[in-house]
Amino acid sequence: MRSAAAFLVGLVFAIGLGFSGMTDPAKVKGFLDFSGNWNPSLAFVMGAAVLVGLAAFPRILRRERPLLSPAFSLPTQTQIDARLVGGAALFGIGWGLSGWCPGPALVSLVTGSLPVFAFVAAMAVGLRLAQPRPRD
Amino acid sequence: MDRIQITYAILGGTLIGTAASGLLWVNGRIAGISGILAGALVDWLPWSARVRGEPRRNATRHALADSSPRRERLAFLLGLLAGGALLRVVHPEAFPLETSTPLLTAIVAGLLVGVGTALANGCTSGHGVCGIARLSRRSLVATATFMAVGALTVFLVEHIL
Repeated sequence: MRSAAAFLVGLVFAIGLGFSGMTDPAKVKGFLDFSGNWNPSLAFVMGAAVLVGLAAFPRILRRERPLLSPAFSLPTQTQIDARLVGGAALFGIGWGLSGWCPGPALVSLVTGSLPVFAFVAAMAVGLRLAQPRPRD
Repeated sequence: MDRIQITYAILGGTLIGTAASGLLWVNGRIAGISGILAGALVDWLPWSARVRGEPRRNATRHALADSSPRRERLAFLLGLLAGGALLRVVHPEAFPLETSTPLLTAIVAGLLVGVGTALANGCTSGHGVCGIARLSRRSLVATATFMAVGALTVFLVEHIL
């Protein structure tokens, strides 16, 4: 059942990404390009997503446990260190260069585009190279 | 930018926030795509540890461990792909007609995004949406950083180089 829920969440997430314009690198770069012809639409995307999250997350986390799991599985790290900031910076460069972040790139695989495949393959290599702290 | 674009943007963001909230409510997990993908790579492609010069480690222990998170991670990723397929039918304008990204740029960018999100333990969904929704200072810092650096990168590439 949890897998079915995860599948459904992924599906809705992907549709959200598609409607939002995040699967279009030109739109993403247009948003990041503050000095040029600024396209603010992504601000509405993040704004809406965060607003929904801010309203829902605290209420959900007040519950004793999730619907289908024995407990919540949340990140435990709290420190702000070089690993965090450095990693975010590297991610920012990659995002600015391509206009893709992980979610939209994966969703875009269905187009069969070679650059998307190359990006995702390289991203997979990068993820394995730097191995995030596991959070099972 | 017209009202239709803004409407789709808000609708898209709402779906993203709802999906993330749904995963937390039902499965109790954070919808951080870089983390889910990284986990799935460990789950299903254990030999990929070879990029680190390591032999496949702990494969048996991993296989015997609770496999529900493994299935959930795979299911989520398959959901992303299914959503993509659906988008091609109901909202094809989501994808550019052709991807003009040069192959080398795609590879370099992909590596940076992979390494970066692994080090930062999150991306736009994990930190930008879920982390901020949890009022996490770590996520606020991470999000501000990748936004600023992303903007700087675009500025340099578009206007200077």
